[in-house]
Formats: sequence, structure tokens, C-alpha cells
Amino acid sequence: MITDHLSVLIIAVGLLGAFFTPIIGLIRKEMCSLWASFIILLQFLISIFLLYQVIIAGNISYWLGGWEPPWGIEYAVDLLNAFVLVIVAGICFSVSIYGRKSLGFEVPDKELPLYTLYILLTTGMLGIVVTGDIFNLYVFLEIGSLAAYALIAMGGRHSLTASFNYMIMGTVSASFILLGIGYLYVMTGTLNMADISALLPSLYGRPVILVAIALLVVGLSIKTALFPLHTWLPDAYTHAPSAVSAVLSGTFTKVGIYALIRVMFTVISPSYVIETVPVMSILSWVAAIGILAGSLLAIAQYDIKRMLAYSSVSQIGYIFLGIGMANKLAMTGGILHILSHSLMKVGLFMVAGAIIYRTGIRNIYQLKGMGKKMPYTMAAFVIGALSMIGIPPTIGFASKFYLAWGALGAGEWVFVVVILLSSLLTAVYFWRIFENAFFGVHEDIKKDEAPISMLLPILAFAVITVLLGLLASLPIGIIEQWVTGVLP
Amino acid sequence: MKAISVTEPVVETRSVTGSIICRTSASIMVPFILLWGLYVLIHGALGPGGGFQAGVILAAGFILHTAAFGLKETKKILPVKLVMVMASTGPLIYVGMGILAIIFGGNFLEYGALPLGHSPAEASKYGIEIVEVGIGLTVMAIMVSIFYDIALRKKVE
Amino acid sequence: MVLDIIFAKYNYIIYITLMTIGFYGMIGKRNLIKKLIGMSIFQYSIFLFYVSAADVSGGTAPILLKEPAVYVNPLPHVLILTAIVVAVSTLAVGLSLVIRIYKEFGTLDEDKIIELSR
Repeated sequence: MITDHLSVLIIAVGLLGAFFTPIIGLIRKEMCSLWASFIILLQFLISIFLLYQVIIAGNISYWLGGWEPPWGIEYAVDLLNAFVLVIVAGICFSVSIYGRKSLGFEVPDKELPLYTLYILLTTGMLGIVVTGDIFNLYVFLEIGSLAAYALIAMGGRHSLTASFNYMIMGTVSASFILLGIGYLYVMTGTLNMADISALLPSLYGRPVILVAIALLVVGLSIKTALFPLHTWLPDAYTHAPSAVSAVLSGTFTKVGIYALIRVMFTVISPSYVIETVPVMSILSWVAAIGILAGSLLAIAQYDIKRMLAYSSVSQIGYIFLGIGMANKLAMTGGILHILSHSLMKVGLFMVAGAIIYRTGIRNIYQLKGMGKKMPYTMAAFVIGALSMIGIPPTIGFASKFYLAWGALGAGEWVFVVVILLSSLLTAVYFWRIFENAFFGVHEDIKKDEAPISMLLPILAFAVITVLLGLLASLPIGIIEQWVTGVLP
Repeated sequence: MKAISVTEPVVETRSVTGSIICRTSASIMVPFILLWGLYVLIHGALGPGGGFQAGVILAAGFILHTAAFGLKETKKILPVKLVMVMASTGPLIYVGMGILAIIFGGNFLEYGALPLGHSPAEASKYGIEIVEVGIGLTVMAIMVSIFYDIALRKKVE
Repeated sequence: MVLDIIFAKYNYIIYITLMTIGFYGMIGKRNLIKKLIGMSIFQYSIFLFYVSAADVSGGTAPILLKEPAVYVNPLPHVLILTAIVVAVSTLAVGLSLVIRIYKEFGTLDEDKIIELSR
């Protein structure tokens, strides 16, 4: 049955689609974006079906080439994988619809490389999530990163240097990850994640394992832009084409966090990284500093995309905080925040792109009257911002609530204060936009809304942000089931 | 990214051709280089060699052709669009083989399930060779397209 | 004692040295091409680590011989073949970026580029 092969078909479809794009582009250039949307829609449907399969029938293990693991490469899908797969594929799909106009405006006449790379980026991220082989994870990480470097570089003059910086830092991080994998391989003689985690317990206490953990944590922290290692992120997100910044902020950093969770809690046992070596508590303290620093830096910005980028740094801190506290509630909150931050940040970046598309304005203080000019877009912006602050009927509230609850349960009063303080700071930097866009304008401004293909995804994200906030028990149920299986 | 951008309109600044000695020896050497590339390609499953090496050798043949006869002549044989199609055909062959294996009842990339040869072992040998052909095509096309890009680039001011 | 460690583990020392050289190239040099060279050295030092870790002294190539023999683990070599392809693609992306930066700014010196992009 074809349904047995879905976990590999989600990658195969992407690769086929990516390399078919140039051939299609030679025939009809305009077809490229439609083709990309179609391919990613297929991947999205497959990912939903995979989630359904995992919920109904339990974990999926797929042997590539029919080779039994640990000798062959295994694609292993459990609840966490399937959950992240749906997020990644869904966001890439909606942004590909949005990007038809936005990318056509910001990157004219480059459909061929653009959409080939876009599908490759999606496929690379899905590959990171779906694979059960640690070296395969590295290869997919690099496929995604290479596509991301090139996509960022399409944003014009300043994006070139931003992309170059990102490339240097990304390569350092990838090399660290490769070295960490190398140490694990030298010690255990296997690359299969399940097999490594079975062999490792007898090796704990060796310094080599510590070195491997250190390298993997630092490498993945650079990829996910955890606070002191975030320096590539603001430039890259500011100067990249808006649709590309949306996709990268929504999915690429999240995939890195997924990889970190996978390595720390599945490959290496949770009891080791929590109790024996305090990796997790170090991460949570770094994250707490990052939350505040990211928010403060965001307040200092006047470019809307740059502000959102620094806000990303702060929000990534929340996810790390939840994972780092490593109790059930906080962990659930952290993983839920992967979903909620993806939804709201992609929505906000898309709004920023729509404003740039219509008016070319990037400066926050020039947004005067935007609320009258683009009412629906700005309404979506408000919903996203409220979710970011953590106002109740949105998904952002649910994840922050779980985080704070987990921090209280662990008796970490400092983290509770950090979460509350940062919510306040978030309100401050979004308030400046509200103030400029909605208040203090008297003259008549004509309504000039974004085109429908851009408006639809933006509104869809706003609606989903609220809907999932009301139905938060759905994702929380999935996450809690996974967390209970992993944490003792 | 660079490799795909061969479609950008480019200006031929000058037509360089070699001397008569260069052209004559190249016209003798190019077929043999290509033949050798094909040998390395087909031989890859059993001995040293394979798609990557063969692709580079094949590309070297075309680059020698360019050096001797000029870009115009080479582009008649190997137009830019054809190079692009070849570059994307390689991965398509690779993924296509994987999906064919699924259609014939195996797992993804399980060459043994393909109906080639008499035994699964033989089938997997042929399967690998077909994939190697795909890799060779792509590597050759990418090398040639990088060369085209650099050779056609206007002198950077 | 120290000499023993140095002679027994000299491959690690070489790879760490190369890695540090690469790291210095990436951070200390102001020219973008030199940064890329540093990046390549950095990556290749890790490949050296993999390949040397797989070595078995007196081992042969993992080919089926008439009589059984000690052979070198081929898996790290294959992994590194993949990683080399990745490294080459990264270098290609980097070089094409550098070409476009040079076209855009007319220089490869980092300080001047920062000044120009203000």
C-alpha cells in the first residue's frame, strides 16, 4: 500500500518537485509559483495524514532501501515529528501562496531559482524532522541551510552581506554539529538515533560524550539563534524578501529547536542532560536572559522587519525556557510555543511584507494612518501582536500560560517574573505600531488594501491564531502525550 | 544558485579560438575524453569510478572543446537550456528510481525489487548504475554551467 | 607521558590545529575570500578527524579478498564523501555571494563594505 511509504514520499515528492521546476520554468515561467504551491500542498496533505496515522496506529518506522536499522537509514515518525511536520508544511504552503505576489514584486524575474530553492528549503526542513538517522539530519540541515543562504541573498544590496554572515556562522554551526555526531559515532559505532540511545547509557561518564553534547548544543543553538549566538538573525530577516523572512522565522529556527529536542531527549536520555550534567538548566538561564535582551533590543528598532526579527530572538527564548525547565508542564508550553510563535510571527512578517508591497514603508514612525489604509491587514497584525503579548483568546496566551504554570510548579520564581516582564516589553514595542497606525490621524486616507492572494493567507493566520487559542486542548493533547512518554 | 542562473542574458565579449595545432589536437582528444568519461561512469558499480568522477571528466571534455573552438561552437552542441534540463534530470532519475522501487513492491530505493536482471543482487547492480548515470549527468551539467557562467561573464569593473 | 599522548593521538592534535587555523581565518581576516578559505580549512579539519578515526593500523581496503583480513571501516569515508559534497556546495554558494558583493560594493574588504552599507 502507498500509505506505508508516506514518510519517505513527503521527501521524494519535494525532491521531484524541486528539480522539475526548471523544466517547467523553461516552458512557462509563470507556472513556477503555482507548481511550487501544488508540490508543497501535496507535502502538507501527506503530513496531515502522517499525523493522523501516528495518532491512530502509533509510531511509524520506515527502512530506506529495505535495509534494517541500524545498518540502513531509518525514517522514524512519532507524535512530535508529525506535529512539527504539519506546522512546517502548512506554513510553507500558505507562504507560497502569499509569495506569488510578494516575491514577484521583491524579486522580479527570478522565478526559476527562487521556486526551486523554495521547494528545496521546505524539503530540507521536512527531512530534518522526519529522519531517524543522525547523519541524515546533518545532510538535510545543510540542504535547508544552503537554500536559505541563497534565498536570503535575493533581497538586494544589503541582503548579500547578511547572507554571507549567516553563511559563515551557519557553516561553523553545521561543522560543530558534524563534529558532535562524529564523537557520538566514534563512541557507539552507529548513527541510528534509537540505536545510539540504547548504547549510550553504558558510556555516560566518559568525557567524550560531554564534548559531543557541548558541540551539538552550541551548533544547534547557532542554527536556532539562541540569544548570545543570534547575531546573524536580525540582518538576515531584515534584508531578505518578506516571504522568505516569514518562512525562515516561522519554520527554520523551529526545525533547529526540534532537532535539539530530539537529540537531547531521544538520543541522549533526559535524566542525563537534566541531572548528571545541567545542560538543560544552563539553557533555560541563557534563554531567560535572551527573552529580556531580545525584547529590549526590539524596542530600540525603528525598521518594522528588524523589530520583528529581534522579537523572534526573544520568542525563541521562550521555547528554550520551556524545554530547559524540563518538567511536563513547561515542556508542553515550550513545544506549544513552537506552534504559536510560528503562527503569529509568520502572520506578522506577512503583514510587514504586505505594507512594503503597497507602500514601500519600513519605518514604524511612517505608518501613520495605515489602519485606515489597509484595515484588514492591520486587523490581522493586531491579532498577531495580541497573541505575541499573550492576551487570552489567542494561542499565544495558552503557551505562555503553560510556561508560567510550569515555572511556578518548578518553583522558579525568576522565570515567572521574566515571562511577565517580557510580556510587558512586548506590549511596549507593539504599542508603538498601534499608536502610529490607528491613532492621531485626521485627514482622509483612501482605502488601499493588499491584493487578495496576499490578504487571504494573512487573514487565515489571524483566524487560526484565535481558533487554536479557543481549541488549545487539541495540540496540547498531542504534545502532552509525547512529553509523558519521554520525561520520567 | 549560480548553476541555475545560466538563463540570464549574457554578452559574449570576444570569440576565443585556439591555434590550428590546438584545434586539431583537441578534435582528436575530445572524443576520447568523452569515451573515457563514459567508461568511468559505467564501470563505477564494480571498480573505482562512478558518477562524480565521470561527470567531471565529461565536463572537462566539453571545456577543452570550448578552449579550442570557442563558446559559440560548444553552445551549438550543448545549448544552455539543454544543460539546465540535464542538471535537473539527474536528481529526477535518482528519485524516480526510488519511486519505481516502491511501485514494484519494495521500499524507497530498494533496487533489489526492480525487475532488472535475474536476481535481486543483479537488479541492485543495474539500479545503482542507472542512478550513477543520473549523477554523472548532473555533475557534468553543473560543471559546464559553472564554466559557461564564468566564461560568459563580462569583465567585472 | 605527555609525549606518549602526543604520539598516540597525533591525528587529533593535527585536526584541532587545523580547526583553530580555520577559525582564525574566519574571525581574524578582513578579506572575504580569506574568510572563505578559513571556512574551508575549518570544515576539512573535521573531515580529517572522521577519516583518521576510522583508520585501523595494518588494515586493508574493505574489498572481498581470498583470505580474511583486517580492514578499515568504510562508513566514515562514505559519510565524509557526502560531507565533502556539502562543503563544496557551501563554498560555491559563498564564492558566488562574494562575486555579487564585489559587483555591488567594488571591494572585498570587510571594513570598507560595512562603511559603504551604512
